[in-house]
Amino acid sequence: MLNNNEPVFVAGTGIISAIGNKVAECLDALESGRAGMGPMHYLQSAHRQRLPVAEVKLSNDELAKLAGLPRIKSRTALLSLVAAKEALQQAGIENIKDLRTGFISATSVGGMDKTENFFNEFLSDNSKGKLRDVINHECGSVTELVADALGIKDYITTVSTACSSSANAIFLGARLIRNNIVDVVVAGGTDSLARFTLNGFNTLMIVDEQFCQPFDENRRGLNLGEGAGYVVLISDKVAATLKNKPGIILSGYCNANDAYHQTASSPDGIGSYLAMSGALKKAGLKSEDIDYINLHGTGTQNNDIAEGTAIKRLFDPHYPKMSSTKTFTGHTLGASGGIEAVFSVLALQHGMIFPNLRLQIPMVDLPFVPEREIIKNATVKHVLSNSFGFGGNCSSLIFSKV
Amino acid sequence: MYIRATGNISPQKTFGHQPLVDAAAYTGNRLACIEPDYKEFIDPKQIRRMSRIIRMGVAAAMECLQEAGTKAPDAIITGTAYGCLEDTNSFLSKMVEFNEELLTPTSFIQSTHNTIGAQIGLMLQCNNYNNAFVHRGFSFESALLDGMMLLKEKDASNVLIGAIDEITNTSHTILNRMGLYKQGPVSNLDIYKNKTKGTIAGEGATFFLLANEPSATDYAKLDGLHTFYRPEGNAEIKKQITSFLERHSVSMDEIDLVITGKNGDAGSDKIYEQLGETVFNAKNTVNYKHLSGEYPTAVAFAMWLAAVTIRSGDLPAAFNYTGAIDKRINRVLIYNHYQGIHHSLSLLSAC
Repeated sequence: MLNNNEPVFVAGTGIISAIGNKVAECLDALESGRAGMGPMHYLQSAHRQRLPVAEVKLSNDELAKLAGLPRIKSRTALLSLVAAKEALQQAGIENIKDLRTGFISATSVGGMDKTENFFNEFLSDNSKGKLRDVINHECGSVTELVADALGIKDYITTVSTACSSSANAIFLGARLIRNNIVDVVVAGGTDSLARFTLNGFNTLMIVDEQFCQPFDENRRGLNLGEGAGYVVLISDKVAATLKNKPGIILSGYCNANDAYHQTASSPDGIGSYLAMSGALKKAGLKSEDIDYINLHGTGTQNNDIAEGTAIKRLFDPHYPKMSSTKTFTGHTLGASGGIEAVFSVLALQHGMIFPNLRLQIPMVDLPFVPEREIIKNATVKHVLSNSFGFGGNCSSLIFSKV
Repeated sequence: MYIRATGNISPQKTFGHQPLVDAAAYTGNRLACIEPDYKEFIDPKQIRRMSRIIRMGVAAAMECLQEAGTKAPDAIITGTAYGCLEDTNSFLSKMVEFNEELLTPTSFIQSTHNTIGAQIGLMLQCNNYNNAFVHRGFSFESALLDGMMLLKEKDASNVLIGAIDEITNTSHTILNRMGLYKQGPVSNLDIYKNKTKGTIAGEGATFFLLANEPSATDYAKLDGLHTFYRPEGNAEIKKQITSFLERHSVSMDEIDLVITGKNGDAGSDKIYEQLGETVFNAKNTVNYKHLSGEYPTAVAFAMWLAAVTIRSGDLPAAFNYTGAIDKRINRVLIYNHYQGIHHSLSLLSAC
């Protein structure tokens, strides 16, 4: 039943983020160096004058129209449905109704954006607050709103491992295919901006008041973002039935734990190292085979030195091209692994290395420098995508051209 | 695969691996966990920093690992529908009350859904696979399937799997307003009798160590797991059950005990009654939610019950079972649904 070596193909991708409402718009922004951060427009927070965010440039009403869901639903679900629909549409699997299909979504915030509204009234009087605002609080409930709208029911689950959530969702999807539980999986993640997370990160004093500068010696922290990103993964058998057989596979993956601190990375980035080296091993690749690393690269002091140190240990002296696309999208938390998986696929499809924006002074403790400018017509056969999170949860994915 | 060890904190005296002799009786629609003395399992300095659900989860995990005699599982996988509600509520309330000022990070840090699995990994200094599922009534089953696949893939030889959910005053108030629970005086030991609307709230922290290879002290074999989402009607449910048994080449005659997820809610229990007259016909059937209460990951309590029953060959005395089980219980089927949406089947047998 289990086929541990079955190739799992990427048949479609979908994104909504601060730099575009679909994949083509995001690619255009990446090519032209257009970042998505700015003053808070949709999020109603006391910090709006001080903290820039990377918002999706649509109101809930506009998103609801695009998604085809009632506008009262959590923004997390609206973002998810828009991106998941695009991914399925792009995959164009005609006989999908006859196949076993799964939806594996990741989120860290779930329906918190609505729960916050509920609490405004509930706190002063426990009989107040609209229950419709809290009924989809649970992360899994957001996933089900989207699965039901997509008509997917064969396997549904939700992963929540903070900022590595989506990467774990994606490779769980691949394993479900290899274990012959489903034929097709829509996998990735979603997170909307919420006051809860903005304030949480703010108390940790790792939010940058300017636009973030990952892997810069003078980096000050991260910008929070929002969005959703999904890939459609299919089995070898399904891939063979498509008119155009997909050319990209998820070749490697690994989940490891830093086991150092609830919110901080270890100085040597042991979790990151184990995730990256484990993914290489799973893919049967050597470190010098990797052409591009889509860095976790949040822009915090702690992440970038831990990640960089782990990269040095694993790749020295053959460094691949690298960049943090969070310089465009902000840190979209539970969605970041999904969004960056799609960017990794785009790098393979278009032979591009995306720039690490605003990099001025490279980190003095690291012997490598991420790319500052877009590179086109590059040879990109294998891309490593890193997602590391609170709780020491570290996951890496490798996408490869076949 | 084999259930090598368990750890269970529940509204019953399940912690400490003592036989469950008496059922703890409660009045009211909320069963709270009987918490152990944590000092044996967690450093007292750490206990103070942990909220209640984290303490319960970590202690249940540690008891399980102690029984298994390992400090380094190849994977730590948790399932929780609601996550760390007390910390979430604390941060959210202060944020609203103080209009986003004067906040401190502790409760935010501990509110993330992977906190318990992460704390276990941290205490064990375990760098291995660590995952967290948060899918309502499938949270535990998702964690379990992930662990079962890791064993099959040979990426792990043993996995620690746990289910953790808590009731807080806030969550109980909100879920009560949604109409989930029985109103008026109610005893947990009588919930199946009255056929009224609503159930009783429960909570728990239940962990298992699952291993690829058998050992001399295993509880049971886990032969199969299957979940299905929003079935179209009773006919589909029946078909799902019969094809699950077929896939595992087991007939109903070979099942010694069926554990079902009846929770006292008249509407929700209908399907169990119908199945009792059809698919489960004449099978010895017991329910467990008078002991655990109802919550999205309650099925983990049922799996613990199945494991201890198979190991001893008989139901715990607390069941005071009057049906006709005339032989050793070697094979157990668990069928549970949560709010008619999340359905699961598990098959366990003697080693």
